[in-house]
Amino acid sequence: MIFRLAFGSLMARALTVGMTILAIALSVALFLGVEKVRTGAKASFADTISGTDLIVGARSGSVQLLLYSVFRIGNATSNLSWESYQDIAARSEVDWIVPISLGDSHRQFRVMGTTTAFFDRYKYRSGQSIKLKDGAVMSDLFDTVIGADVAATLGYRVGDPIVVAHGLASFTEHEDQPFRISGILEKTGTPVDRTVMVSLEAIEAIHVDWKSGAKIPGKSTPADVIRQMELQPQAVTAALVGVKGRLQVFGLQRAINEYKQEPLLAVLPGVALQELWQIVGIAETALIGVSGMVVITALIGMMATIFSSLNERRREMAIFRAMGARPRVILGLLVLEASLMAAIGAVLGLVFLYVGLAIAQPLVDSAFGLWLPIDAPTAREVCVLLAVIAASAIVSLVPALRAYRLSLVDGMMVKI
Amino acid sequence: MFEEASILKLKDVRYSWPGRFSFGLTVPEFDLTSGETVLLLGESGSGKSTLLSLICGTVSAQFGMVSVSGTDIASLSAGERDRFRAEQIGLIFQQFNLLPYASVLDNILLPLDFAPERRSRVNTPKEEAKQLCQDLGLPRDVIDARAGTLSVGQQQRVATARALIGQPPLIIADEPTSALDAATQTTFLKLLFAQSKAHSTTLLMVSHDARLADQFDRVVQMSDISQVERQSA
Repeated sequence: MIFRLAFGSLMARALTVGMTILAIALSVALFLGVEKVRTGAKASFADTISGTDLIVGARSGSVQLLLYSVFRIGNATSNLSWESYQDIAARSEVDWIVPISLGDSHRQFRVMGTTTAFFDRYKYRSGQSIKLKDGAVMSDLFDTVIGADVAATLGYRVGDPIVVAHGLASFTEHEDQPFRISGILEKTGTPVDRTVMVSLEAIEAIHVDWKSGAKIPGKSTPADVIRQMELQPQAVTAALVGVKGRLQVFGLQRAINEYKQEPLLAVLPGVALQELWQIVGIAETALIGVSGMVVITALIGMMATIFSSLNERRREMAIFRAMGARPRVILGLLVLEASLMAAIGAVLGLVFLYVGLAIAQPLVDSAFGLWLPIDAPTAREVCVLLAVIAASAIVSLVPALRAYRLSLVDGMMVKI
Repeated sequence: MFEEASILKLKDVRYSWPGRFSFGLTVPEFDLTSGETVLLLGESGSGKSTLLSLICGTVSAQFGMVSVSGTDIASLSAGERDRFRAEQIGLIFQQFNLLPYASVLDNILLPLDFAPERRSRVNTPKEEAKQLCQDLGLPRDVIDARAGTLSVGQQQRVATARALIGQPPLIIADEPTSALDAATQTTFLKLLFAQSKAHSTTLLMVSHDARLADQFDRVVQMSDISQVERQSA
């Protein structure tokens, strides 16, 4: 019955109570939303590359290797020689190997030389394959496949010619060899979206008339002559490797790291991603902090509402006292009301969150390549909700204790 | 030392309010016999409210004895006094008696929540509340209405039903009619008397209105039983 009375009392003050509940609901939705985005971002980040057991490159740092080979950030300091690449490819543990050759760009996007195996082997978001939205993978030397962002930003369609520039942000363009877009990939939310992919041989073809990073003056080899040439690369930037059995990963990693002929580095993508996330992850702490403050603000708002309602409710408390309620019943009633408000707010916040997610999920995915999963609340989220309710009960103790004192002084007679 | 029939007994009670203005009330002797109806007359400021608070145990006398149904309430802890009040006394106030947001039924049953013994005397709470409403001239279905939607006269009857439920031995009514118009007053008092007779409860009514006197077994002037000391600090 006390519960019903508390509920009735809340209903009687529907407007202010509703506003308070709304504030709590919004803050809870924000907090959980930030949590979702955070875990979604973390998962998306970890999902940037999957299915690959090792990333191999010239010896540097694991994060650096990950950054340039997967995220196309920064540059390799040195390359992986073709001989070493062949050596690794020939090892018995290796199931598949995909070379990556970087260093050229098209407008603001990086050009990556690889083999068509890349499209089968590169997986993201726990094993999802890259899919072609339009066209086909490279079949000709001068074919390119572009990522979704490249197509969207530059307005390209299958069949459009494009020119690849040597080096990054370079003004000297490889005008001699116009490439043609053969395929456009679907959005993946990974750096692949922002990459122009060509064959490994095409990378060599671009550089036929170049030496030491500069164009040989007056030399221009026609495209059909280039087609006849032996376009064996001297080196690649990195390689993605898949092993036959999970247990062989560490053996192969050690073998590559101890490779005598050339200083090489093999990293486990998952481990390197973790290392990188530890650097990026500072922002997430800040986000949680800010949204936590919003929840606290909402709770303080609730405390203020309860405080301001105390005076007009002294008569109500006097009735309770006259009927034999102890002052601590009054205290309990106010704490119960606050907990009820917080509980309704928490549930409403959860509703807001899921409605918001349902609306935002496709938008966020297409705009940022961030996949926000709509799952049942996790144990952690349920804990957050319970913590909000508990915190509101604690916060409400402040006005409740005042009510306790007032009801002790007033007894059953209120003179207002 | 108590007579069997004594429901309320005050002896040598002295009480002064804490605070800047010292206000003291002394009641050398005041008794109520079980089953009688007593009108306590006093002007405002005569210490009526303080006397009621003393009887109900929301304040405790510094000296003397207040006993209700043979129990010296000074011997009880504050929490026990609250429960004792719920068990022994049905209260009706001048107005604003009810929780406006709660249903009439919840209002009537409210004291039972704090008085287990009184509750145990009520077998079918909803039925008994309905019966009381009917006896007090309220429609039976008023029970589901929100108390705040009732007229003042109806609210006072609901408050009376609440005071009567579970048959507490003592009913204290503090100016219950002063918010009512003359016609409603008369009806209300008739019903109140009839019901307190029917439930054989003692009725102590506090008022400043001497015109009501002839309807009571006994009339007591506040000034005859108590002295008020007042000093400005």
